[in-house]
Parts: sequence; C-alpha cells; structure tokens
Amino acid sequence: MSHHESPIRQQWVQNTDYYTQITEDVCRPIEAKPNLKWLAAFGLSFLVLCLFVGAVAWTIWEGIGAWGLNKTVGWAFDITNFVFWVGIGHAGTLISAVLLLFRQAWRNSINRATEAMTIFAVICAGMFPIIHMGRPWLGLWFLPMPNTRGSLWVNFNSPLLWDVFAISTYFSVSLVFWYLGMMPDFGALRDRLRKKGQKIAAKIFATLAFGWDGSMRTWSRYEIITLILAGLATPLVLSVHSIVSMDFATAVIPGWHTTIFPPYFVAGAIFSGFGMVQTLLIIQRAVYKHENYITMDHMESIAKIVIATGSLVGLAYMTEFFIAWYSGSIWERYTFVNRAFGPLGWSYWIMFSCNVITPQLFWFRKIRTNMFITFIISIFINIGMWFERFVIIVTSLHRDFLPSSWSMYTPTWVEASILIGSFGLFFTFYFLFAKYLPTINMFEVKAILKNPKQPKHTMEETVNN
Amino acid sequence: MSSKSYLLGKFWHPDHVMDALRQLRDMGVKAQDVFGPFPIHEIEPLLDIKRTRLTVAAFCYGALGALTAITMISLIYGAIWPMNIGGKPFLPFPDYVPITFEMTVLFAAHGTILTFFIVSEYYPGKKEFLMDDRQTDDVFVIAIDKDKVAASAISDVNGVFTKTGAFEVTEKEV
Repeated sequence: MSHHESPIRQQWVQNTDYYTQITEDVCRPIEAKPNLKWLAAFGLSFLVLCLFVGAVAWTIWEGIGAWGLNKTVGWAFDITNFVFWVGIGHAGTLISAVLLLFRQAWRNSINRATEAMTIFAVICAGMFPIIHMGRPWLGLWFLPMPNTRGSLWVNFNSPLLWDVFAISTYFSVSLVFWYLGMMPDFGALRDRLRKKGQKIAAKIFATLAFGWDGSMRTWSRYEIITLILAGLATPLVLSVHSIVSMDFATAVIPGWHTTIFPPYFVAGAIFSGFGMVQTLLIIQRAVYKHENYITMDHMESIAKIVIATGSLVGLAYMTEFFIAWYSGSIWERYTFVNRAFGPLGWSYWIMFSCNVITPQLFWFRKIRTNMFITFIISIFINIGMWFERFVIIVTSLHRDFLPSSWSMYTPTWVEASILIGSFGLFFTFYFLFAKYLPTINMFEVKAILKNPKQPKHTMEETVNN
Repeated sequence: MSSKSYLLGKFWHPDHVMDALRQLRDMGVKAQDVFGPFPIHEIEPLLDIKRTRLTVAAFCYGALGALTAITMISLIYGAIWPMNIGGKPFLPFPDYVPITFEMTVLFAAHGTILTFFIVSEYYPGKKEFLMDDRQTDDVFVIAIDKDKVAASAISDVNGVFTKTGAFEVTEKEV
C-alpha cells in the first residue's frame, strides 16, 4: 500500500479524509429506516415482479401455446431474455475478477454493486431455460444422476447441457465470491450497529460476518483466496458466454452456424453488462451521494470500456455480413440480407444503431461526463443488446431452408409480461441489496485512500492519555 | 487465545503500524497479530506469516473436479448408457472440454473457500476476537502476548508504541 499521492493520476477516492467517513457513507442507508422514495421504487419493482409471476404461472397452466411461437420460430422471447440477462451478468465478474488481476484500482468502489447485479441477472437468466421447458418440474432431467427413467442419461454432446453446468457454476462461484467480499464489511457493520444499539441488525450481521476480526493473518490468506477466485472466475466469464453462444453456433441454421460467435457473444455480454452498470451506478451515486467514491473518472472508465466493446460488437456485425457473402452459401447470404432488409429488418436497425452508433458518442468527453446523456445512452445499449439476441434468434429462424415453412413471429401479452416482469425480479432483488447491504466495498476503498487524516476520536484519546 | 493478557498498541495509520513492527522486531519482540480494517501489504514477514498453501489446495480441488467430470462422462457415456448419435464416437473427448472445465472451476472455487473457512476457523455465528470495536472501522491494533515479553521489556514495548504514533497503549485480558 502506498500513501504517495501522484500529481498526475486520478484520485479514485475524492473529498474523503478519514477511513471512518467511508464506513459512515456506506452504512448510513443501511442504518436508516426505508424512506418513501425507496419504498415507492421497491413497491413498483415488486408489482412488476408480480406480473412476472402471474405470466409465468399462466404459461405453466396454459402451456407454451400461450406464447406466439410456431413450428418455424421455436425460440423467441424466452431464449432472447435468457441470453440478454446472462450477458448483463458478465460485467460484474469482469470488474471483480479481470480488473483485479489487472490491478485496476477503479474497480474497488464499483465491484460490490456490479457483482450484485451479476447475481441477480443470472437469477433472471436461469428462470428462462426452466420456464421455456413448459413443464418446469421436469427440469431435474437435466441433472446427470442415476434414475428410474430407463437409465436415461443426459446428452453430454449438447451445448444445452453445457449451459446447465456453465450457468450453475457461474452463479454459485459468483455468489460465493460476492459473499466473501462482503464478510469484512459485515464485520464492520456488526461493530458499528452494536455501538448504535441496533441489536437485532447487529446480530444478523454478526452471523453473516462469520466472526470476522480483521486479523492480518486472515487478511493475508484472504487476499490470496481473492486472487485465486479471480484467476478462476476470469476464464469462467469467458467460458460461460462462449458456451451460451454454442447453443446457436453448433446448430446448422444459417445465421447461427458461425465460428465468430464465442468472442462476439463475450464482447456483447461485457458491452451489455457495462451498459447496465452505467444505468445502476448513475442512480446509486445520485441517490446515495456516493460521488466521492464513484467519481466522474469511474464513469469515464466505464464509458471507455463501452466504446471498446461496442466497437468490437460493431466489428462482429460487419464481419458476419462479410463472411456470409464470402462463404458463397446462398442460405447464409439470404439470411443476412433478410436480417437487415426483410420483414423484421426494423429490429436489426434498432440493434445496429443502439449498439454500434450510440456508444461512439462516448468518444466526446463532454458526453462521457454528462450523467444525464450517459444514462440515456446506457438505456439505449440495454435496448440494443436485447434486440441483438432477438435478431440472432428470430430472424435466423423465421425464414429457414424451405420457403414453404417460412413464418412470422408476433409475441403475445404473456411473453411481453414475462420480459417486463423479469425486470421486476431483477430490480426487486437490487433494491433490497441497495437498502440492506453495503453497496460499496468499504475495505477496498479504504485501502486506496491516499493521505488519510488522523481521526478525531483518536486525537481526544491521545489528549486524555 | 482465550484468557490471555495482551499488550495493545492502537494506531490510526497503517504506516505507523509498520514502523512499530519493525522496531519491535529489532528489539526481538514478536507481535501475536495485528488487526485492522484492511490488509497492510508486506506485513507478512514482520508477523512471521508464511505464504498460505491455499493455492496448492485450489490446484488439488481443480484436479479433482476435472477427474470427476471426465470419469463421470466417460462412465455414463462410454459404459453405462452409450448413445448412438448419428454414428458419432461414444467417447468424444473434445465434447467433454466445456463440462470438464466448468467442474474444475466449480470444485476449485468451492473447495478453496471451504478450506479457507476451515483454516481461518470462520463459521456462521462465530464470536469475533475484538481487541477494539473500531478495528473493523479505522483503527489498527498490534497485539503482543504479554507472557512472551520479559517483564522488564514491557515498558520498552509500550515506548515503541508511543514513539511510532500509537494513540492508545493499553493491556487487555481476552
């Protein structure tokens, strides 16, 4: 740890002189009673979650026939939502693991919230493969275990099964990584709440803290295990969306059967994840007044990653087109022309403008540092990335090899409700997190605080001594 | 570590902790532990902390995960329930890679974390070892086992604490 203050490098923690100020700023919302704004936001999310539950219940009661699918378009909103939410779930681990390995100090104040985002997004994602089975109680057939179904085992050649392993590993590893990161902060909350006389809350955090005491012997091990987990999670992030892309890439459908998919999907996932990170952090820093920890430099760094990944995604769109032409395959060529200029072409252009053109605005510093415009752009990215998956899935399916089986797809109210409702599920979890858990990793931010001042309480004691 | 007496030096700045530990080392006094709100880098040699072998554990768990995956898939696919899918081979090893990788990560991550909890003796509801209730907030505490310091050296130890910037020098029975 260095306490040297560089004159040229950005300060990732601003206007903060005391370690305890960080504790205070992060713990204040947890200690306060829920205010009206939070209750309204949480209530609205919960209502939308109810819509999700209702629409899913209707789907299970009525069957998949409640959706607008047909023989030609067998996957639409369901898998679009799945891939969209898994993608969102990629930024958190990228920030907590990859940026840790690269020793990027700016990750320290945003990793907690983005990891939470990852967990909740993966929960949302995990719903869709189960829902789209129509009979979710048969979901356990996906588990490779001895059974009485005539020893019917799962197909280890299938990317759909790889998905089961990838998503469940990703979810459980991200969850423990997140929890482990919170243990020292739970310890801090325990001691703070105990002093404030909030006994029940202190007891809860004491249980969650596992007896954390800040011993340097533990810290030493703790840092190593964080590195180990980061080392494991980094290839995991890349593997998960690569495997998701193989759901499509290993098929023979034109528009899906492309080797570019794994890197293209990973770049897209990071892009969409960072879009959502922008949306959430802009709200957090404004509502909780966390501008000293989530500084303008943080928001600029995120915007730069958005430019980079957005450009990669744009490159992938163009490469796909080029390869479709260069392949000489008439089906491949037709699929791509149809994708951009066919009856669903509008969705392609929404995708293209939101994902390729909009993020380029971040090249301008004035736009990067304007939180209102950044917020709007981040919403565009979220919309664009949802449409990317819609375009890949639906436009590739709706006009396949046989013109006699060509079809159109129109979603029903049930599918639309499930999509909107999934945001309710996400934000219900997220608002609970934002209210009851430390949204900023206190100990990591304290560790990068340059030139701290002596706390007043210690000065008084020095005088008393 | 129960019912022992500790000499405590409480600091507000991590650099002061390092200064104190260096001077104590020169005096031949070893600190039992240091508690603080965040890790102080390069403190390990001053506290005689050996590099953890968690990395070795992680490798072993990972290897176990990989072996479990390969054994499971080979047994199921090659022996128990061979499936003829388009006449393709019964043991398609390239297809095993994704699941083997995921199982490697799954075993390595959870196994290592479990080992960390076990070696650190952390479990839900464990009573914390607090020298000062601000040690998780903004105070660093150097704890020295009083029994391991000669009675004549106690005042010297306290002197080092004061000289290096401790705001409080005290003793505590834990």
